Amino acid sequence: MTTQPIKTVAPKPAPVWRHHHILDVDDFSREEIELVFNTTQAMKEVLSRPIKRVPALRGKTLITLFYEPSTRTRLSFELAAKNLGADAASLSAPASSITKGESLIDTVSTLQALGADIIVMRHPHSGAPYIAAQYVKASIINAGDGWHAHPTQALLDLYTIQEHKESLKGLKAVIIGDILHSRVARSNIWGLTTMGAEVTLCGPPTLLPTEMGEQNHHLPPTNIEHDIERALDGADVVMTLRLQLERQQSGLLPSIREYVQLYQLTEARLAKARPDALVLHPGPVNEDIEIASAVAHGPQSVINEQVSNGVAVRMALLYILAGSQKQ
Amino acid sequence: MPKKIIMTGDDIKRTLARIAHEIIERNKVIENLILVGIHTRGVPLANRLAANIADFAGVKIPVGTLDISLYRDDLPSLELQPTVKSTDIPVSVDGKSIVLVDDVLYTGRSIRAAMDALTDLGRPHLIQLAVLIDRGHREIPIRADYVGKNMPSSRHEDIQVKLQESDGTDEVAITSMPAAKEG
Amino acid sequence: MNQTLLIQGGRIIDPSQGIDETGSLLVAEGKIAWLGKGEAAPPKTDYEVLDAQGLVVCPGLIDLHCHLRQPGYEEKESIASGTKAAARGGFTTIGCMPNTNPPLDNQTAIEYIKATAASKGVVRVLPIGCISKGRKGQELAEMGELAAAGVIAFSDDGEPVLSSHIMRQALDYSRAFDLPVIDHCEDTALTEGGQMNEGVLSARLGLRGIPNAAEDIMVARDLALAQLTGGRLHIAHATTEGAVELIRHAKEKGIRVTAEVTPHHLTLTEERVIGYNTNAKVNPPLRTERDIEALIQGLNDNTIDIIATDHAPHTEADKLCEFALAPFGISGLETALGSLMGLVHKKQLSLATLIAKLTHEPARILGAKQGKLGTLAVGAPADVTIFDPNLEWVVDTKDFASKGRNTPLAGEKLKGKVIATLYQGKVVYKDEAVKVKKK
Repeated sequence: MTTQPIKTVAPKPAPVWRHHHILDVDDFSREEIELVFNTTQAMKEVLSRPIKRVPALRGKTLITLFYEPSTRTRLSFELAAKNLGADAASLSAPASSITKGESLIDTVSTLQALGADIIVMRHPHSGAPYIAAQYVKASIINAGDGWHAHPTQALLDLYTIQEHKESLKGLKAVIIGDILHSRVARSNIWGLTTMGAEVTLCGPPTLLPTEMGEQNHHLPPTNIEHDIERALDGADVVMTLRLQLERQQSGLLPSIREYVQLYQLTEARLAKARPDALVLHPGPVNEDIEIASAVAHGPQSVINEQVSNGVAVRMALLYILAGSQKQ
Repeated sequence: MPKKIIMTGDDIKRTLARIAHEIIERNKVIENLILVGIHTRGVPLANRLAANIADFAGVKIPVGTLDISLYRDDLPSLELQPTVKSTDIPVSVDGKSIVLVDDVLYTGRSIRAAMDALTDLGRPHLIQLAVLIDRGHREIPIRADYVGKNMPSSRHEDIQVKLQESDGTDEVAITSMPAAKEG
Repeated sequence: MNQTLLIQGGRIIDPSQGIDETGSLLVAEGKIAWLGKGEAAPPKTDYEVLDAQGLVVCPGLIDLHCHLRQPGYEEKESIASGTKAAARGGFTTIGCMPNTNPPLDNQTAIEYIKATAASKGVVRVLPIGCISKGRKGQELAEMGELAAAGVIAFSDDGEPVLSSHIMRQALDYSRAFDLPVIDHCEDTALTEGGQMNEGVLSARLGLRGIPNAAEDIMVARDLALAQLTGGRLHIAHATTEGAVELIRHAKEKGIRVTAEVTPHHLTLTEERVIGYNTNAKVNPPLRTERDIEALIQGLNDNTIDIIATDHAPHTEADKLCEFALAPFGISGLETALGSLMGLVHKKQLSLATLIAKLTHEPARILGAKQGKLGTLAVGAPADVTIFDPNLEWVVDTKDFASKGRNTPLAGEKLKGKVIATLYQGKVVYKDEAVKVKKK
């Protein structure tokens, strides 16, 4: 028996990034979120140049498929794509076209056939991108599905916070508003807890499912507090959610007026939080409804930064995703 | 796998001194110079060259860093854990003479990407290239202006540059990689 | 052709006669001719032999709640395909719900069902008539005419009877015909837009929930009305801990109520929805372990009388869409026994109880009018189900006889499989493993 020299080969490091689609933040590891942060920083540098463009995604096609109107998020994605040299096109299907006749599967399959490498989808029904993802080879980015998730919003919120706070670990974050119907809230709950922050949810009981505060294996642990001042006590991050005015019609709230009285983020209430607490809002803001105008435009508000970070975060995600498609 | 040291720490020191002198000699107005190191190992090399130039000519040349991942013609694969590092050039590049600095010149594609990046940042007056090792096998028409050592190599060989700042030691080694496969 | 067949050496379980032992069964001229225990020899006649060693032999299973979709929705199912599916699942008698198009609220519609079943069906089909005209819940249907035409019960299933007034009248009026009124208990004001069980999981998935309370409220209301009127109430597809408690209490008080539970509500939880699997979307929804425990307890203490599949087939295209847009329903006839055997293997339910809930007990609800069903007594129709309690098999919906492939069990391994089904002495389903030979 001949003896072979023992070849010791160093094990390849396990890849950090494991996603072909970006559907929700609930399965993102801390390392993956940090990869997004680091890449976003490089993208911000690109955005600070006179020529805000790099050819990294040249030859790639991104198509946005929005079943709900949204100028800001759609534009943010289109600009992100163009800044990376990709081609961007958009298809806006009015919600009324969601009928059996024009199935979601047919639509995304058509986009795939048209050469889409990445499809950015916003849809009024929770779970829609999960079905689409099973039927296309392109990467799907969820730009918001029903009440369920809005991963890119959560990632840009997290990025904005950590730019100011250096670390998210141990931060006390409070999310105020209609948690029940909010995909932004859900995705942020996942993102914040993965990064080690402590999350408190605040809102009227009809808009805040009690199960979210209970021990369970479907959601990360959060605190529930219906009194806004107690919720804000000592907070480092305050996130206000947009109140949809239809909520009053469906019997969930007695009136918008009462909501404002109990839950508007006013300067006086904000003072209960830490003096360096950040104020976030996913936009668009209902001024003087969920948040006082003075607070939205005040020194602690980082709402505008969220918007500009949004393009950089989306550039980072497109870059990382396009790289993962090599597999 | 047999590894052969082709440059020791001392060799590298002497080579960088020589390159610094060459840069000074070839650039009439060294005040117009910027050294731009390509991540990763081009950066400490650029810093060392700047230190040498400061020693020899008494002029402090600005040093910048350049990340070329966004300009590559191939997207990063998962296995390489794509991290985009910073591009940070402290002064405007318009009208300046840039010396790009990298550790190994091989196919030339990294340098092409670096030149694309520089021209997106502004309009340099001229661009020169300084490398520690030129190992041949160019795939596009790129040549270095300053070469530490010419090291013609075969594709089955791997040239590894280690620097104190990034790897804890200074050396350049060449190793043969096993050609085909198992028994 | 009515063959004479000896089903030999199987484990005969017939709760109606209190039998559970090895033996043989002789079937002749469409009826049970002889049942012998142990090595007892059958009467001397010519017969073929079906070797049932290692298999369970029981009365043909009865399903009092399924949807055959004909008339009106034949793309989803027909009486022909539905009865073939029933046969594959070991069911020899099925009660079909009237939420067809047009609905079964008059004699002609019932005659149509009976005629189609006679010519195209392979097992016994018993029609259920509507409670209200057009299933609109506003006026009683002509129950007398429907009873005369041969319905076995009344139901507006698919919808609850929202008006307490109409439900009261239905329970009262039906007493003249001694037929049960089956209610789909759901307070729709609480469930509007609901997609799945309300709880943490629905909060996580961002889907509007259907709370337990919506069922409990209607069950409580119906029980109060049954008490008030003395009518026969049957609770369709009970799914909650609360419903079980209410029914138990009502039975203790002597209220005339019977109740059913489906195989999927006994074995699957809401977690099947994870990933937005539309095949797990059903109404009432899959609930939690806690509810399942209460339902199993309810079966064991006879709070729940029978198991019924609520077989609800849909086309693939129907279910291949956003979760919120998919119709509710699980195609369950062909997986019922296999999935229920899981409870037997886990010792949560005895085999005898399981079989009773699918044979003797449904037959009791049907009453003597329908003849001797759910039994292997001599002289009863030769409706026999033969199954292998330990055979493991993987659910492949491509093998389904039903047009509905919509089941969350697709690709799952089950332990327990129907091997042969006889309807009135004729073999209407046979697995390849079955051996029939001359004596």
